[in-house]
Amino acid sequence: MVAYIIRRVIVGLLMLVAMSFIVFALFMKNPVDPAQFSCGRNCPPERIEETRQALGYDQPLMVQWSSFLKGVVVGREYPADEKMREANPELVTECAAPCLGFSQQLQMTVNEEIAEAAPISISIALVAVVIWVIFGVLFGVLAAVFKGTLVDRGVVGATLSLYAFPTFFVGALLINFVAIKWGLFPAPGYVPIAEGGVGQWLLQLLLPGFTLAAVYMAGYVRMTRAFVLESMSEDYIRTARSKGVKGGKVLFKHALRAALTPLVTMFGLDFAAVLGGAIITEEVFNYYGLGKLAVTANETFDLPTIVGLVLLLGALVIVANIIVDILYAFIDPRVRVA
Amino acid sequence: MSDTTTATAASVAPSSTETVLSVENLKMHFPVKGSGVIRRTVGHVKAVDGVSFEVAKGSALGLVGESGCGKSTTGRMVTRLYKPTEGKINFEGTDIASYTGRQLHPMRREIQMIFQDPSTSLNPRHTVGSIIGAPLRIHNMVPKDKVLGRVQELLELVGLNPEHYNRYPHEFSGGQRQRIGIARAMTLQPKLLVADEPVSALDVSIQAQVINLLQDLQKEFDISYLFIAHDLAIVRHFCPEVAVMYLGKIVEIGDRESIYEHAHHPYTQALLSAVPDVKQAAIGGRRERIRLQGDVPSPINPPSGCHFRTRCAFAKDICSVVEPPLLQIGKKHKVACHFPGEIHQHPEKPVTAPLLGVDEFGAPDPGASPAEVPGDGPGYADTWYDLANNTRGRA
Amino acid sequence: MTDLSKTHEATPATGGAFLSVRDLKVHFSTSDGIVKATDGLSFDLERGKTLGIVGESGSGKSVSSSAIMGLHRGTNAKLSGEILLDGVDLLKVSNEEMRKRRGRDVAMIFQDPLSAMHPYYTVGNQIMEAYQVHNDVTKREARKRAIEMLDRVGIPQPDRRVDDYPHQFSGGMRQRAMIAMGLINNPSLLIADEPTTALDVTVQAQILDLLQDLQRDFDAAVIIITHDLGVVAEMADDVLVMYAGRAVEYGPCKEILTHPQMPYTWGLLSSVPDLTASTEAKLLPIRGNPPSLLNPPPGCAFEPRCDHVAKVGGDLCRTTLPDLTPATSGGNHTKRCHIKNADKVYEAEILPEIAPDLVED
Repeated sequence: MVAYIIRRVIVGLLMLVAMSFIVFALFMKNPVDPAQFSCGRNCPPERIEETRQALGYDQPLMVQWSSFLKGVVVGREYPADEKMREANPELVTECAAPCLGFSQQLQMTVNEEIAEAAPISISIALVAVVIWVIFGVLFGVLAAVFKGTLVDRGVVGATLSLYAFPTFFVGALLINFVAIKWGLFPAPGYVPIAEGGVGQWLLQLLLPGFTLAAVYMAGYVRMTRAFVLESMSEDYIRTARSKGVKGGKVLFKHALRAALTPLVTMFGLDFAAVLGGAIITEEVFNYYGLGKLAVTANETFDLPTIVGLVLLLGALVIVANIIVDILYAFIDPRVRVA
Repeated sequence: MSDTTTATAASVAPSSTETVLSVENLKMHFPVKGSGVIRRTVGHVKAVDGVSFEVAKGSALGLVGESGCGKSTTGRMVTRLYKPTEGKINFEGTDIASYTGRQLHPMRREIQMIFQDPSTSLNPRHTVGSIIGAPLRIHNMVPKDKVLGRVQELLELVGLNPEHYNRYPHEFSGGQRQRIGIARAMTLQPKLLVADEPVSALDVSIQAQVINLLQDLQKEFDISYLFIAHDLAIVRHFCPEVAVMYLGKIVEIGDRESIYEHAHHPYTQALLSAVPDVKQAAIGGRRERIRLQGDVPSPINPPSGCHFRTRCAFAKDICSVVEPPLLQIGKKHKVACHFPGEIHQHPEKPVTAPLLGVDEFGAPDPGASPAEVPGDGPGYADTWYDLANNTRGRA
Repeated sequence: MTDLSKTHEATPATGGAFLSVRDLKVHFSTSDGIVKATDGLSFDLERGKTLGIVGESGSGKSVSSSAIMGLHRGTNAKLSGEILLDGVDLLKVSNEEMRKRRGRDVAMIFQDPLSAMHPYYTVGNQIMEAYQVHNDVTKREARKRAIEMLDRVGIPQPDRRVDDYPHQFSGGMRQRAMIAMGLINNPSLLIADEPTTALDVTVQAQILDLLQDLQRDFDAAVIIITHDLGVVAEMADDVLVMYAGRAVEYGPCKEILTHPQMPYTWGLLSSVPDLTASTEAKLLPIRGNPPSLLNPPPGCAFEPRCDHVAKVGGDLCRTTLPDLTPATSGGNHTKRCHIKNADKVYEAEILPEIAPDLVED
């Protein structure tokens, strides 16, 4: 098992290296000059040149890429050009490993940007995940148990219509009615735990969390329903029943455990995606998380931030996959030996 | 083993019947990967470990044995769904064992396979007509406008309504689906059909229909069969020659009479005695049953010497030291056992010891001179080892 | 609350066998109509005796046994008739009462022990569960009992193998474990649904031996469901041949196998080769396919596939369902067929085909 994880981590790291190269190559072969963007709109040509040097864009692609990789491993200093660092020691920014780059636009390292935005995204994602997993699985099991009845149709129908509404619409609806008009919740705004405590933090996250969860919940209800129904028709369920095991225990000990395996796979990937991809939700509620950071970076052609985010999110997906595989082994003993 | 094969191959001039398939020392070893960080190959599953046999034109060889004995793997190698690790597959005189890619193309026309489960081996999204017609199109056998006609002919041949060419597999019953599978295999008029458990998924009343169909096709088109099955009674009915496999090796091979009436290998005897018999109810009482203890050992670490010795009631010292060769003991009968004999007539001393140049405990015997073992090679030799007199026999 | 120390000596209630099934019907309503999976099945079974139910897929043999186990409860199946076990009608007891009887009074083992065991729980855990459901014992006691049972069914090193998962067992060992699970509460009725179909012949022989051994020890009534007449010949005291949801022939095993009087049974006997039959003769298959249970033929369900309709004359076979009547050879042998002199037809036409060596006298 340990060897298996090590193998997976090595493969994952190789994938990340490849990913970083692809992102670099795509942006460098882009018709738009990244230095000009970094420099700003009314930038004189010599300033552009300076920026280019500061970010190392004057170097060949391979050199840039390898110094980026070096930065990730051991850290580096900005500006990239050594002469510029010597000339203006006051401008030198230390970027410790794993250094993901330096954003000229925001005048801070990508690591700092991420450090600011990540807690917000993680908070929203956590709350959303808890909501959608609990209710998704619960309603899914309910629909499966009452298959074909009004309960089944009601649950599936309700979650599906929730899914059908676009996220921005649900979000806007919640802000305008629940928060502003009825005043049931405070107006949205992120409050870190350190400032407002867990209660305040949670309260501020319920609305965006629910908005995000609404999309995923429908999928989980349907999947849970399908998987539970499938495992309820397995031979081992008949065996359990013929032993005289009580209905509830048949459902939860025998059927649900088997249905969990595919759910865990889905969950791992969804969670990784939600961490970086809750763009619309963050936009609607104006929470400065990773999603919003990515949108802004794209708009301003902030290459270092984009590369950093791509790698971070890629790493998240890879880590999530490895965790899913480990969870698999816990759930399914047949996987353990292999 | 290999340097004697050329000599024997020459001496095994098939009498009157022509040999379609001759398999020699065929091996299939699947690598087992370790669990370390670098997945080294730490061992091999010796699914098939050196089997040799022949199939005569228009005849049928039955491969029997229990799950995991390698009979299906052998079938898949013959159809070249697997590439053998070692050995020769001589099909009509050419060795196809090492063919790759396009080389295999013409051979695929000649050797076709019928699978066990007709409900999973037919694509549910294709009509029966397109399933049966696909080989015709792939191999450009007939002009496009003639495909349908040929498909309908084939459907009629296997006893289905030719009008049903545009139906889907799920619209047919299990037995009918197996007929479709047979029609598909027959499309290219193959010379050899490898039938892997063709009836074991079917209801008993349907099994006989399919077996009869296969026999009719054999008579009409002179097809040869490699018939893989675990049902000894059906194999006896269908195949004039039978090979019994255990843990990747052939333990006994011979014509129907030799195997079913005069089995000399303890495993064959146990296998035959385990088959439940309807007739005993009529006669009353139960046939003597040889109980085998335990399970088949792992093919990753098969027992030394004779693979069957761990479950054999007659195993002696030599069995764990020396692997018994497949020894020809009759005109068409070979057995791989140090103590071959019919039930209750197994010899006290290993008959193979003098041939192999070892003493009766399997230790090398400096005084003895190893002789050529009669029966080495895929076919049957003209001379064999006569168990009754411990001499060479002749037809 | 029924007490756990049930007595094995409980005398059957007024007149009747230990297990008595009367006119059992299991009907499923589907969107296409009513599927009469079992349509009027009756049989008796005593303790210590074995009934073999023979039939092909769709003949209703498995559906009927599930009905005895009460496994159709909670589905859309409609059941009628009586299933009297020791005088109690299992169709009338409450769901909770039936649940308590499952695994304790009636137990079942299934065809494919790999899919019939939960892949995520150890073999021991699953056997213990069967014990703990019906006995108020600690985990330790249950475990001890599970190891005892594994030992009894011939699993080597049971104290270690108890913690293995089903996939770590071989097919034969899994079936042994299933049997251990089925017998752990000393059930008085054991239903074995194709218990050896998925196994190799030598393993099948081991399992059949084991079942016979255990039946003697536990004095249970056993129903063995199979399509293999050979298995029936070895195991059963009585045989019930089912076709399209009904019994078509029922009687003592030897009687049925030596003097079958129903063309379907003849077909079963003649379509299976055995190890002594002539290999020159062709197999005599039953032509056609089993009928749909949605629209069964109005008369005898076997009529469309029967080669002997002409012997009855008229269209009696096509229009009238024959009753289950005593066979001409007497005994407790009954058959569902219009042919008057079935035993003569068998001796003259069928026996020479399937066992020419038995004909002479």
